[in-house]
Amino acid sequence: MMALRERSLVSPRSVPSLPKHVRLQYDPVRQAFAVLSPEKVFWPNDISLDILRRCDGRSTVGHIIAGLAVEYDAEQEAVAADVIAFLQEWSDKLLVKL
Amino acid sequence: MSEPLLPPIGMLAELTHRCPLQCPYCSNPLELLKANRELDTQTWLDLFSQAADLGILQVHLSGGEPTLRRDLEQLIAGLSARGVYTNLITAGVGIAEGRIEAFAEAGLDHLQLSFQGARPATTDRIGNHKGGHEKKLETARRARAAGLPLTINAPIHRHNIEEVPEFIDLALSLGAERLEIANVQYAGWALTNRDQLMPERAAVDRQAEIVAAARERLTGIMNIDFVPPDYFAIYPKPCMGGWARDAFMVTPDGTVLPCHAAQTIPSLSFERFGPRSLAEIWIDSPAFNAFRGTDWMQQPCRSCERREIDWGGCRCQAMAIAGDAAATDPACEKSPIHARMAMLIDEAQRAAADPSKDEQFVYRRIGVVTEPA
Repeated sequence: MMALRERSLVSPRSVPSLPKHVRLQYDPVRQAFAVLSPEKVFWPNDISLDILRRCDGRSTVGHIIAGLAVEYDAEQEAVAADVIAFLQEWSDKLLVKL
Repeated sequence: MSEPLLPPIGMLAELTHRCPLQCPYCSNPLELLKANRELDTQTWLDLFSQAADLGILQVHLSGGEPTLRRDLEQLIAGLSARGVYTNLITAGVGIAEGRIEAFAEAGLDHLQLSFQGARPATTDRIGNHKGGHEKKLETARRARAAGLPLTINAPIHRHNIEEVPEFIDLALSLGAERLEIANVQYAGWALTNRDQLMPERAAVDRQAEIVAAARERLTGIMNIDFVPPDYFAIYPKPCMGGWARDAFMVTPDGTVLPCHAAQTIPSLSFERFGPRSLAEIWIDSPAFNAFRGTDWMQQPCRSCERREIDWGGCRCQAMAIAGDAAATDPACEKSPIHARMAMLIDEAQRAAADPSKDEQFVYRRIGVVTEPA
């Protein structure tokens, strides 16, 4: 298994997932969801958490955007910009696999 | 307290001080513990369980060389059962066939492998272990084959700072997700060998440029964490993210410390797990409360706008150089003795250039040094 040797760019057809070194789990002590990675722990806000939960290795970015637009009762275009920017940032930090 | 006490997030477990390598900058204390002082399996499992209850989300299994513990699989499984993220920090030499697969099977989340050099001769010389480099390459391959995410850790000093570009290529070729370029911190063994290890200023500047360019180039491909050298810094590091703020460590005999070198502060005494619970030590231990938050600070830290960024820097460095553990870390340009850092760099350069000075390292070994330097 080799790590990706090229930077991935988010497209509506990307199928994001959490890489093996990243885990999203509920922390009962702090009563919040934590993202665990080799040296860092992140505390995603509600929107980030909604995106990360959909990074299941099956849903395309297009599907994720459509689902969130319905859930938040928001314009698909606005949601798309936010989701794509978020996933690109997390992919660049190797916290999301595309 | 200037802020409410929060539960700790991370813990470093030094399972043993035994190690096949003898790196002259080892972060273990000068007085190393022998195997007969190590906690047994059940005590570590109890400690880990209490750590999880306390809010610990990540445990770094370290040493010495943690794979020398024959119960490592069991310890990983215990942590994994509690949902704790496990990171194995290994030198990667002499790991028996099948064990890396067993660690993965037990639930290991991540493996961090050290390379003392990017070239075989450097790795073997710094670790004082012939054939070490080859064994490490093999460990990396086995870790990848077992599906384990991999970080390559490169401790940097005068004798390998020119190899930084090669370290980057090495980590890429091994398929690592992450590379740590970590300049040696001068505590413990590294303090003893400081004149031998101190890099030249020009090399430090070059290194910073190389790492910055590589980070840019490798965005989304490999993460590079860079720990710059303190003595060349303008501001100190927020050591451990602040004293007893969100992390702690445990030595092989169960002594609970706020940081690696805390035992070099003579005014503090530390407690062991067993007689007291982890929660009691975290909350009540006078040593943990000694430098917690900002109330203990003197000037210039006390009124500094960076006091909750740097948290005063490193207490052990303040002790070692200023002779006062509550002083501002001399790495900070606001420290009244900041100039001492530049003097120590110059002293080291002069010592390095002096042919009459012995160029040998004091290699890390049990019983070599009995008194702290």
